[in-house]
Amino acid sequence: MNIVKILFQYVVFPGFIFTGVVGLFLTWIDRKVTARIHWRVGPKWFQPYADFLKLLLKETIVPEGSSKTLFLLAPLFGIISMSIFAVMLFSMNFNPTTTFIGDLIVIVYLLALPAIGIVLGGSASKNVLAGVGASREMTQYLAYELPFLIAIATIILKAGGSIKFGEIILAQQAGGPFLYSISGVITAVVILLTIQAKLSYVPFDIPEAEQEIMAGPYIEYSGVALALYKLGRAMMLFLLPLFLISLLWGGFADWWAIPKFLLIIVLIVLIKNTNPRLRIDQALKFFWLGLGVLSIIGLVFAYYGL
Amino acid sequence: MGNAKLWGLKKSPWVFHVAAASCNNCDIEILDLITPRWDVERFGIVLVGSPRHADALLVTGVLNRKNLPRVLRVYEQTPKPCLVIGIGSCTCHTHMFESSYNVVGPYDKYLPVDVYIPGCPPKPEAMILGIVKALKRL
Ligand code: SF4
Repeated sequence: MNIVKILFQYVVFPGFIFTGVVGLFLTWIDRKVTARIHWRVGPKWFQPYADFLKLLLKETIVPEGSSKTLFLLAPLFGIISMSIFAVMLFSMNFNPTTTFIGDLIVIVYLLALPAIGIVLGGSASKNVLAGVGASREMTQYLAYELPFLIAIATIILKAGGSIKFGEIILAQQAGGPFLYSISGVITAVVILLTIQAKLSYVPFDIPEAEQEIMAGPYIEYSGVALALYKLGRAMMLFLLPLFLISLLWGGFADWWAIPKFLLIIVLIVLIKNTNPRLRIDQALKFFWLGLGVLSIIGLVFAYYGL
Repeated sequence: MGNAKLWGLKKSPWVFHVAAASCNNCDIEILDLITPRWDVERFGIVLVGSPRHADALLVTGVLNRKNLPRVLRVYEQTPKPCLVIGIGSCTCHTHMFESSYNVVGPYDKYLPVDVYIPGCPPKPEAMILGIVKALKRL
């Protein structure tokens, strides 16, 4: 019985299927808002589902000379890690006192897995442009991880030194969301820009820069494998804003979470549509010197309780 | 199964642009299709950067001895089912390059072309009409 329940959690709600369906819907919101900003009409609501279905039923080509197993397994990294992450996020928010031990360190690793999947898949596909894309993805991962980790450290400091996800949410329920303080705002900005980079949206879409290296690591992917990559990205689009809300804005166990969530999504899409793409060295400088210093300032503020 | 496949293909044809020695006018007209005025993303049509992602190849330009093997290679790299849409008078016949030593003839000698869109360059409206006709034929 228990096993059935756990499987249900990982596969149906709030794991794989629920997150996938909502995530694909959110990619429609992203495309529609983008289109409206361009003064276009934009696609219909079922567009992401049609894309996904079409890719699932198409031929999947494994390029000659590539490492076959790795090439086909790499898209699964993102999906599996995001399914586990979804279960942790939801159970911690709706039931913060459970004995289920979900700490931030595990979550940081889970959030790194999609990037690793992209790097592995790109390198396995024996394509020059995919190789360039994979190396850029790796560099970018190193770039954004530094401010992200410092921001996580700030949150741990504000929660009184606890790395348990549930206790962070309980601390916010007791003493008000962390966002309403100077260090909270700084940390929110840092995490928002890191989310932008984790989703590889403009201005941080350097790994797949369409005008330079076509589709980057995805260039050799077709059919089911490409569909799985897209699905993994869609799931991230759903989960990462929720992660931000639960870290800084008091969790999402009430109805107020919906406007908060929509606000964050629209902010991400707006940043995406109003900025040009950075070069990889500019991105590294931006994350290490700009956001790195900013996040350290946030940490200092948090230390003095501001 | 067959119905779902057809529906998916009709609702989200991703196109890859094979510029095979065109004079660039046709290519620029293709880009017009994704501007706010025509906005083919309404129908799910997206321009993709890799033939592996494509459902339809938009070929432009006149086929010659040099680019024939390349065009065939791109066609082989595209996952099936895929449409081939010839854009511009250059693709329909050999246009003004008819008596050139280098030209090897229209596309359908070598590839299963689904629809030709004549015009030099064709209007974006004509291209939309052509693509709709190709999708209806499926
Ligand atoms: S059809 Fe006309 S516009 Fe198009 S590539 Fe040929 S010559 Fe250029």
